[in-house]
Amino acid sequence: MNYYVVKNNQRINLLDIPTIDFEILRAHLVATNLRVVAFFGADWGSDVKLFVALADDEKGEILLSSALINKSIKEYESITKDNHQYHMFEREFYEQFGIKPLNHPWLKPVRKNQDDYEFFEMEGEEVHQVAVGPIHAGVIEPGHFRFMCQGEKVYNLEIMLGYQHRGCEDLLVKKPSNQLAESICGDSLIAYNMAYSQIMEQLSGTEITTKAKLIRRIALEMERIAIHIGDMGAICGDIAYLMGKEVYAVTRTLVINTMLEISGSRFGKGLITVGGVNFDIDKKLSDKIIDVLSGVKKTVKQMTQAALISSTVRSRLEKTGVISKETATELALVGMIARSCGIEIDSRFDFCDEFYKDFEKKSFKATNDAYSRFKIRYKEIKESISFVKKLIKKLDEVRDENIIVSTKKLIPNSFALSIVEGWRGEIIHIATTNEQGELSRYKIKDSSFNNWYGLSMAVRNNGISDFPLCNKGFDLSYCGFDL
Amino acid sequence: MFDTLRMKLWQKKQYIPDIKNAPIREQFRGLPILNNSKCNSCNICVNSCPTGAISINPLKIDMAKCTLCGKCKNLCENNAIEYSNFYKLAADSKEKLVVTQEITSEEYYKRAIEVRKEIYSIFNRSIKFRQVSAGGCNGCEMELNAVSNANFDMGRFGIEFVASPRHADGIVITGPITKNMAYALEDCYKSTPDPKVVILCGACAISGGVFQESLELNREFLDKYKIDLYIPGCPVHPLTFINAILDFIRKK
Repeated sequence: MNYYVVKNNQRINLLDIPTIDFEILRAHLVATNLRVVAFFGADWGSDVKLFVALADDEKGEILLSSALINKSIKEYESITKDNHQYHMFEREFYEQFGIKPLNHPWLKPVRKNQDDYEFFEMEGEEVHQVAVGPIHAGVIEPGHFRFMCQGEKVYNLEIMLGYQHRGCEDLLVKKPSNQLAESICGDSLIAYNMAYSQIMEQLSGTEITTKAKLIRRIALEMERIAIHIGDMGAICGDIAYLMGKEVYAVTRTLVINTMLEISGSRFGKGLITVGGVNFDIDKKLSDKIIDVLSGVKKTVKQMTQAALISSTVRSRLEKTGVISKETATELALVGMIARSCGIEIDSRFDFCDEFYKDFEKKSFKATNDAYSRFKIRYKEIKESISFVKKLIKKLDEVRDENIIVSTKKLIPNSFALSIVEGWRGEIIHIATTNEQGELSRYKIKDSSFNNWYGLSMAVRNNGISDFPLCNKGFDLSYCGFDL
Repeated sequence: MFDTLRMKLWQKKQYIPDIKNAPIREQFRGLPILNNSKCNSCNICVNSCPTGAISINPLKIDMAKCTLCGKCKNLCENNAIEYSNFYKLAADSKEKLVVTQEITSEEYYKRAIEVRKEIYSIFNRSIKFRQVSAGGCNGCEMELNAVSNANFDMGRFGIEFVASPRHADGIVITGPITKNMAYALEDCYKSTPDPKVVILCGACAISGGVFQESLELNREFLDKYKIDLYIPGCPVHPLTFINAILDFIRKK
């Protein structure tokens, strides 16, 4: 099979990507068990070019291929019916380019035409539907959930999204900016901005300083710590363990206020820019970060121990929303959720980030339920705190370096792919440039794109009252999905 | 149980006692401070602003559009633009959100919100909101969740977010209002009993922010209904939000 093999964050010539016959590509995608990370179209003259990127997590490589689809072709035989992980990708491709995958088992709107959405329905005695959203009871983003229940038990959950669709991909092509990249998904803004900046640096051939790279990674880990602590609090809130809810919430405040001291914004807005970072972390601030994080670690440890000793907490978390490893693999779940199901993927380590290679990754005993999703957050908080300390130590060696370098013009006919492990999981940005050296296509894939269907599977055969707990355990992004 | 109680004792008091004068870290980017005499009209800030919030001759920043990213400050070689950590940014009309050189933070704050008689008489003791995220990136939403936590504890002032528009006195909108949310937003507004207020929260809601040029927005709602309060920020800081509501319903 003809692939172009690249590493993470590597610019290549767009024309080097092999273009093969669609039927051969399809046959290979059906047969391979490599994970798909991108499957998207781009306008190619009057035709459409389909790009596919597969990830080989063991080797840390990305395999690229493409197929040219003539404008006269309006349908093809679906890949999903043979390989389920293409399910969402094919729906998205159909919505964006109107080329229909025949015999797709679940071909429904993704982000547009919500009025045409036909829900799966069940009939029978005591069967009823529960419709929730788009506006939810809490202060969260919009999405519509349709439960098919028998009594209290959920048989199927269908999730209709798209309410947040703002056309981010087109906007980024028209007017790329760090501020726009940050606003795509405001809870993972460091990860999004980092991926965007890396793409632009690759496309322009800019090499940033080690110091800037380190500061970016410190911010990325601090974002992970803050959001994980907040989520643990929210999980406690959903099971009415109010002590946990409040203690985790105030502990999170300490982390994000430290972020404010670094960057002037609680979530780190304006920190990362193409060419480096805007704010330095000096010796004094480094000590402050270490100091705060040590305190945070102690509080989180005590609170988690107190929570997990409580029988009311454990009885709600254990065996709730179980998703088996087989299902998780079949749906190609990624990120923290995959790790909580026993699938060891983490793009920081798999794609050989130079700064993480000597960090130790501890194993995790997955139990695949809400308890597992609570515990993995605790584990990742501890790990991230130790990573930040080590990264700050490395920062001491490069104190004299600049934090920002000037950027160059984008190189024409280029293709670049960047994977960043946000707190949810891998965030993938892909961009191509045209002959004039302008962006011609920008593609984003959030980890929620894979994982929303996992939530549907997790709530099956659970009581409907456990849905908020399952939802919070996954804590998926609406705007990262809707773009 | 004893572990839980021990946690409680160990945590002590966490709330901010005086929310109106709460200190904030000096690094926080709040109200811009402009110095027109230093501006040499190079236009760099105007061209680089991602939301087009800046105009020169004389130098002005429109807080309706500003995302407080600080890019203009970093690029300005003459230091004509600085950011103070003044966080009380809300105003009751769009015109008052424009910052010029003449305005100091005290003056900006003083003229920003005029307490309306009818608002004061109905809501001065308590006001409940329904929040609608209409394309918000979850930044403002997370901060609006934070206003209710043990640090900021907005509930003590009788201000809360409620689960249904039927229980609410007003709606708080975040996000640039996407086409797909336009119907639900209007539906929510209509479901809220009179008298009601509408509050726009964050640069996206007020002006479209970085999404101004998106073709997927439908902002007709804002032309149809009266907006009572504008709270700028990207995202809105919890202190900005709480102080804005307090100034809106009570006398300063």
